[in-house]
Amino acid sequence: MTYDILITGLIIIAQILAVVVPVLISVAFLVYAERKVLALIQLRRGPNIVGPFGIFQSFADALKLITKENIIPSGSNKIVFILAPIITMVLSLAGWAVIPFAPGWVVSDINVGIMYLFAVSSLGVYGIIMAGWASNSQYPFLGALRSAAQMVSYEVSIGFVIITVLLCVGSLNLSKIVLAQQTVWFAIPLLPMFIIFFISALAETNRLPFDLPEDESTLVAGFFTEYSSASFVLFFLGEYASMILMSSMTVILFLGGWLPPFDVYPLNVVPGVIWFTVKVIFILFLFIWVRGTFPRYRYDQLMRLGWKVFLPFSLFWVVATSGFLVYFDMLPN
Amino acid sequence: MVLYSLTFYLFSSVAVLSALMVISAKNPVHSVLFLILSFVNASGLFVLLGAEFLAMILVVVYVGAVAVLFLFVVMMLDINFVKLREGFLQYLPFGALLGIVLVIELGILFLTDRSSNIYNNQRPLQPIVNEVENTKMIGQILYTEYFYLFQICGIILLVAMIGSITLTLRDKGGVKRQNIDSQNTVDASTAIEKKKVKIGEGI
Repeated sequence: MTYDILITGLIIIAQILAVVVPVLISVAFLVYAERKVLALIQLRRGPNIVGPFGIFQSFADALKLITKENIIPSGSNKIVFILAPIITMVLSLAGWAVIPFAPGWVVSDINVGIMYLFAVSSLGVYGIIMAGWASNSQYPFLGALRSAAQMVSYEVSIGFVIITVLLCVGSLNLSKIVLAQQTVWFAIPLLPMFIIFFISALAETNRLPFDLPEDESTLVAGFFTEYSSASFVLFFLGEYASMILMSSMTVILFLGGWLPPFDVYPLNVVPGVIWFTVKVIFILFLFIWVRGTFPRYRYDQLMRLGWKVFLPFSLFWVVATSGFLVYFDMLPN
Repeated sequence: MVLYSLTFYLFSSVAVLSALMVISAKNPVHSVLFLILSFVNASGLFVLLGAEFLAMILVVVYVGAVAVLFLFVVMMLDINFVKLREGFLQYLPFGALLGIVLVIELGILFLTDRSSNIYNNQRPLQPIVNEVENTKMIGQILYTEYFYLFQICGIILLVAMIGSITLTLRDKGGVKRQNIDSQNTVDASTAIEKKKVKIGEGI
């Protein structure tokens, strides 16, 4: 009896490690890739000293940061101050529990997978608010306030985009969402929603052009101004891990997850996990490309875009899609 | 089964303890954070009951949106802690009475023979586990049997929303707003005006 529980526990831990370790390693390489791509956009060389082509730069940076002294400001609320980066990190890893990498390659294949992802990504704001409040300093607090308003606003349009996709699928299970795209990826019939989802994902992960919570030209470093060494690393890792998570979510909802673009011979022998990875890397490249290309939004323009442009538009598309599905009797049951 | 009861006691004890901390924490921000912890544990209990849709909705709506704004407001308020403590003994009898009534009600529910309960024949406390996902089951019942009630709920929320907007929306004037359309229609002929400036005079 107890032996069974032990075995189950070990299997669960092994599954968790099999997902978390690759995610953390890919975070390191994502940071490197971002610096390299930005360097190419800006006609620089980028990191090129540590290791061949500088690929070990992120590991060197992480090591440097972790060995530094962790400074906790004397006026801060210590417990909340330490808890905030931990929450950010844990939440950005928790979402991976339901991501299907290939048929059957999923830690927990739950019925409400997409709702779980939505819930976890909506909790991400707590790490930021808690950090901003606990730092007991003006710039972090301003960053936290901006972040709270921003993430709540863009979640609304993300919710509508998800509803549109679910209307075409008829299930909240992520594997079923992928399998529903066997004939055509949802990015093609729902192209406007794909674009809205991508832009909202930028806002949800606080990436440029919507990185107002950290806005270095006006708020020093925003919500993590007071953070140093290991706690800063946790924020950094959390931000990039949630970036990869949002890219995976985009791939699952719109780019057919592990499915090949066409179900023909040389394409369909490639393992699903490779297709999945290639698509996620493509979306991540878009994230970096956008960062290298666009200037930062002003705060009121950000709010206007969220509430006055995306919200009515996505609401219209929910109605239009459901009307279309009902009229042509294509509703999945 | 051991794992099930272990997780149940974990979730329920953390939920009860954090609910206690909500009313006993000195700092209101800590109270809100404990409230959030309590919500999350309640949603864990929903998952154990097999109501995974309700659990996720609880997290998305209450934790992800309502509590964020709540936390927002509490952080901005300048609360006088000493004054807050003063009312404690004054409200204690009333609060205790409410608590006792709740406990008695729960006790009655627990002690009554459920087989004789009229509701029990159709509606057991636990959802029936079968092939139909409970998301679908809720949808089927919400949009058929309770359709009008559901719509009325929506209208009540709409009225509340419009009410709060009209109460808080004040156009004091003198506020600079951006008009995107008029900005986009600007071109060189409307934006630039040529003037001949005399030396030593200015415009």
